[in-house]
Amino acid sequence: MSPNYVITQKQNLSETVVRMEIRAPEIAKRRRAGQFVVLKIDEKGERIPLTIVDSDAEAGTITIIFQVVGKTTARMAEEMGVGDAFEVVQGPLGRPTEIENFGRVVCVGGGVGVGVIYPITKALKEAGNEVVSIIGARTKDLVILEDEMAAVSDRLIVCTDDGSYGFHGFVSVVLEDLIASGERIDRVFAIGPVPMMKVVAEVTRPAGIPTIVSLNPIMVDATGMCGACRVSVGGRTRFACVDGPEFDGHEVDFDLLTKRLRMYCEQEAEAYERHRCGWHGN
Amino acid sequence: METERKQEKKEKIPRQAMPEQDPARRIKNFDEVPLGYSPETAVKEARRCIQCKKPGCIAGCPVEVQIPKFIREIAAGDFLAAARTLKETNSLPAVCGRVCPQEDQCEKECVLGKKGEPVAIGRLERFAADYERAQGEVSVPPVAPPNGKRVAVIGAGPSGLTIAGDLAKLGYEVTVFEALHKAGGVLIYGIPEFRLPKAIVEAEVAYLEKLGVKIVLNTVIGRLKTVDDLFAEGFHAVYVAVGAGAPVFMNIPGENLSGIYSANEYLTRSNLMKAYRFPEYDTPIIRGRNVAVVGGGNVAMDAVRTALRLGAQNAYIIYRRSEKEMPARIEEVHHAREEGVKFLLLTNPVEYLGDDGGWVRGVRCIRMELGEPDASGRRSPIPVPGSEFVIDVDTVVVAVGTMANPIVPATTPGLETNRRGYIVTLDEWGRTTRENVYAGGDIVTGSATVILAMGAGRKAAAAIHKKLGS
Repeated sequence: MSPNYVITQKQNLSETVVRMEIRAPEIAKRRRAGQFVVLKIDEKGERIPLTIVDSDAEAGTITIIFQVVGKTTARMAEEMGVGDAFEVVQGPLGRPTEIENFGRVVCVGGGVGVGVIYPITKALKEAGNEVVSIIGARTKDLVILEDEMAAVSDRLIVCTDDGSYGFHGFVSVVLEDLIASGERIDRVFAIGPVPMMKVVAEVTRPAGIPTIVSLNPIMVDATGMCGACRVSVGGRTRFACVDGPEFDGHEVDFDLLTKRLRMYCEQEAEAYERHRCGWHGN
Repeated sequence: METERKQEKKEKIPRQAMPEQDPARRIKNFDEVPLGYSPETAVKEARRCIQCKKPGCIAGCPVEVQIPKFIREIAAGDFLAAARTLKETNSLPAVCGRVCPQEDQCEKECVLGKKGEPVAIGRLERFAADYERAQGEVSVPPVAPPNGKRVAVIGAGPSGLTIAGDLAKLGYEVTVFEALHKAGGVLIYGIPEFRLPKAIVEAEVAYLEKLGVKIVLNTVIGRLKTVDDLFAEGFHAVYVAVGAGAPVFMNIPGENLSGIYSANEYLTRSNLMKAYRFPEYDTPIIRGRNVAVVGGGNVAMDAVRTALRLGAQNAYIIYRRSEKEMPARIEEVHHAREEGVKFLLLTNPVEYLGDDGGWVRGVRCIRMELGEPDASGRRSPIPVPGSEFVIDVDTVVVAVGTMANPIVPATTPGLETNRRGYIVTLDEWGRTTRENVYAGGDIVTGSATVILAMGAGRKAAAAIHKKLGS
């Protein structure tokens, strides 16, 4: 017996990014910023971790945002709609974000990572921080949650890689300028593609600004049982599912994370030809 | 005169072998290896039992199955009665008949074993349970009327399922909370299909549900709700049976290279997620050509035999002691050897070597020799200087043990653990330092056997009934 995890709302945020609301009353009541769920579509499906973007305890729903990157997310985007149900929605998992009034914080989100940084930004704002947010995407159509982020930020800077909207360039460049301008920054939260988080950590390192990143390695059980999600932080092996998903960005071995994320590229491509892996192992 | 002659005749029947899938064929499939007794063979084997007045076998069984009685029933051809007898004390006989280390328990105490071979108690147990299931008429014993008491069980593994069955029969309202999406714990995610078909576990779980046990999946206690929340929801007692689920790594260089798995991950992908049926099932697994499994226990044997079935050309066991010290059951080592597993004994990995893409390509090993006995009584392995060598591998499975998963203890104030993170129990009945919180199985003992975890569940059921039942 398990509850009926029904989709109550579905909306395309861009061509490849989808927002879903799913009925999961107990999770909605319990979850805190920074936590995630594991989803499984049906009997033959795989288990995938996705951050809880928002929740409505009264309606008993949680919100997720995902990008189509493989078979599972493609099926979710193409085949599942309002009224359909997942076999598994397990959570809330992972440690919640450490939220307090740090002073002035910068929240950096890239691509679909904006969905992950949004609940953290909201919680930081509610805790009394002065929040500067920098969000970016490859191009204008891929910018997500601009209004939502604006609502929970004191200042919002939007960037696109191709200059089709907002600042022309990477989020890390904006952050670098901000630091160079001498603005006091007490803490940086950076969530997005691995290369983005790596660069942000390099930008804040010389200035000694504490920098939190949220990692999304491959997971299976997501309860600390399997170790698929192991990452190296400060030379120590940690499990992102139970020790994270957030870690000190200055201590994370991003190159290892990148390599481990590629472990099943061949199989994923086989399972879903359209999956764009960008790397083919031998 | 008559009895003497009968006895003589009985002892002449040899212990009946159980037919098995041929090794060359079985490494190409995931079907069960031993095929079970036929009714004729079972009766023949059962007739070997001399029905001791003071049976040692019962004392050797952690759940005290009435062994002579069920064997007598098999000998008489009343197989369903035998299954009922088994289930009086053992809620998972089809499982135990397969995975119990009978050679260290009931069969070790069998008087026939003193001179010759003991009665094949495990095979007979398996036969009776399978027979009943095949009849499609699984008997549900009488259940006491509801007593209004609610018990929460955390973890649907062998210990949790056992206590759930026992308490349900006594009239308790039992809810089992399971973190994963299937009930069974290690029986589902850990032990492979070829050793324990999942349909059997599913049938055992369905039987418990018939007894009225409620199983709630996808629920991580400590995250979705805490033990305190369960009491607030009206549960009168909580049994913690979350197992020793956290994998142990060796912390040697290169251990995070791609292609290196914990045994938990490798087996979970294959068993729970059915990655061996990828791409029909969505979860992938690396089908290595040269696979090394580090460790010498049953889990290591399960992993290395899985690797063969996934297509490995070379499947190695790397174990730092000699075969004599291997914790795996002799039968499992035998099966692995039959299937072509190569044993690198007195060998220990010291480093993994990778390529530019971050994939494991080799393991540097060192030869070991045995020194003085250590705390466990086994002779401790000592590296032989200058004996290092490299073997080519593309997949590695680390099966050197597990440790306590801290989620429940860490979120339950007042629940004391020892320095290794296992829950402290105050007595053999599973009482903990928290009132009305009981614990048993691997989260108390560290990784042990299915049947010991079940025994702990039985005892805690008795203790909870004594406390709440009046």
